[in-house]
Amino acid sequence: MLKVNDLVVRYGVIEAIKGISFEVNDGEIVTLIGANGAGKTTTMHTISGLLRPYSGNVELDGIDISKVPAHKIVEMGVAQCPERRRIFASQSVEDNLLLGAYTRKDKEEIEKDLANVYKLFPRLEERNKQLGGTLSGGEQQMLAMGRALMSKPKIMLLDEPSMGLSPLLVKEIFSIIKEINDNGTSILLVEQNAKMALSIAKRAYVIETGRIVMSGTGEELLNSEDIRKAYLGG
Amino acid sequence: MTFLTYLISGLALGSVYAIIALGYTMVYGIAKMLNFAHGDIIMAGGYVAFYAFSKFGLPSYLCIILSIAVSTIIGVIIERLAYKPLRQASSLSVLITAIGVSYFLQNAAQLMFGSDTKIFPAMLTEGSLKMFNGQLTISYLTIITIVTCIIIMVGLTAFINKTKIGKAMRACAEDKGAAQLMGINVDTTISVTFAIGSGLAAIAAVLLCSTYPSLSPTLGSMPGIKAFTAAVFGGIGSIPGALLGGMLLGVIENLTKAYISTQLSDAIVFTVLIIVLLIKPTGLLGKKENVKV
Ligand SMILES: Nc1ncnc2c1ncn2[C@@H]1O[C@H](COP(=O)(O)OP(=O)(O)OP(=O)(O)O)[C@@H](O)[C@H]1O
Ligand SMILES: [Mg+2]
Repeated sequence: MLKVNDLVVRYGVIEAIKGISFEVNDGEIVTLIGANGAGKTTTMHTISGLLRPYSGNVELDGIDISKVPAHKIVEMGVAQCPERRRIFASQSVEDNLLLGAYTRKDKEEIEKDLANVYKLFPRLEERNKQLGGTLSGGEQQMLAMGRALMSKPKIMLLDEPSMGLSPLLVKEIFSIIKEINDNGTSILLVEQNAKMALSIAKRAYVIETGRIVMSGTGEELLNSEDIRKAYLGG
Repeated sequence: MTFLTYLISGLALGSVYAIIALGYTMVYGIAKMLNFAHGDIIMAGGYVAFYAFSKFGLPSYLCIILSIAVSTIIGVIIERLAYKPLRQASSLSVLITAIGVSYFLQNAAQLMFGSDTKIFPAMLTEGSLKMFNGQLTISYLTIITIVTCIIIMVGLTAFINKTKIGKAMRACAEDKGAAQLMGINVDTTISVTFAIGSGLAAIAAVLLCSTYPSLSPTLGSMPGIKAFTAAVFGGIGSIPGALLGGMLLGVIENLTKAYISTQLSDAIVFTVLIIVLLIKPTGLLGKKENVKV
């Protein structure tokens, strides 16, 4: 489904991504774990077309999307729930969700999907007229995920969904990620919370200063000595 | 009664400022730039209406539509050619470019239409409304100007808040990256913003030239600067701010002209602006910049 080939991304002369390759197959949850500044968000932004590769490319179902404008990439079925959520603070919860469906024209289907998002996140329905900026952090995370879902993506990119949430809420968010995946959406999950991420991921890659240094199934990495030392706190 | 007359004509002048200020404030809100050439779009709109009416004898409503259409196209072309390549550039480079575009338009107009002052025809209406046994006279033009401003404000507010493209514009104003992740084409949205601002400038041009009927290539500079001031005064980026700022500026300007001094009126207007900005740097209705781009 999604394939990243020898990707190099630069900010000016600084090379943030130094030639990484990985893939997400149909229906998989794949996680990319790594410390601060490893290049996870840069990778996500490049897949979504907000940044352009210096070399290498990104393929979606065999089509090179590394030169496609960002808004078209959404239309092709890649949604991103960005780091720090980036909710539209001055618009209502419902308008935020409908902006997620911006590229779609199938009005009735949009209504149905809105109802589904509300079923997944009942809190959003209770607060559908509230301004996005006035939601709590956890509610904003739900809104960001619901908003990404509204584009009806084939694959959803999630950048640190657990950031700043209580352990209980993290559990809830992860079970919803699983549910979204069960409904047929592939997931690329970026996390610093390696334990949670590895426990739901089918496969995982470890990224360190712009390079992939290890990969395997979620379980393998969860049991790896190196990973335990570096990312799971002993 | 004379006070009331000055007040009402101040509101009409303020209406024109407010309509122009909308162009500055929307472009600033969405493209985060000062379109210094906005005033010169007014000039272009004025000339189009003038030639359509005086030389081609078109009916007024066609002159206005033509003026709006041409201004809109000029505004969009300027954005595409001059500003779009600078999307990633520093705001200083963009500002300098905008000043350059402004000079370009003024000189192009001088070349095409000559530098002489032309008399703008009374294409909208003549005559006036007399009330209180003729003690209060309000020209129909004044009434049309104020009503037009109100209609534009109501219409634009509804457009921004209710339509899909309006909501996309607000999303772009807040966070362009996130807007792109929604599938919004930011370039299209910015073009729409310039189109609306420039179309409104043409309406302002017809109203302004009908009130002060002299047409010259530098016609747009002063009202442009005043309207920009109004936008900052009301809180740049805010649509109600443009209305409030424009109205206050128009009224203050007219009343100082009437009761204090014609020469000093501009100085007084700008002094008031400076005082307001010292007390409230974001302008009267401006919000704190909570989303830095
Ligand atoms: N706009 C930018 N300009 C220059 N360098 C940048 C820019 N954005 C990121 N970087 C650099 O690129 C590297 C990777 O950053 P990135 O945001 O991708 O890391 P990350 O893995 O997402 O980190 P975190 O877990 O803290 O979110 C860092 O060294 C960062 O300083
Ligand atoms: Mg990051």
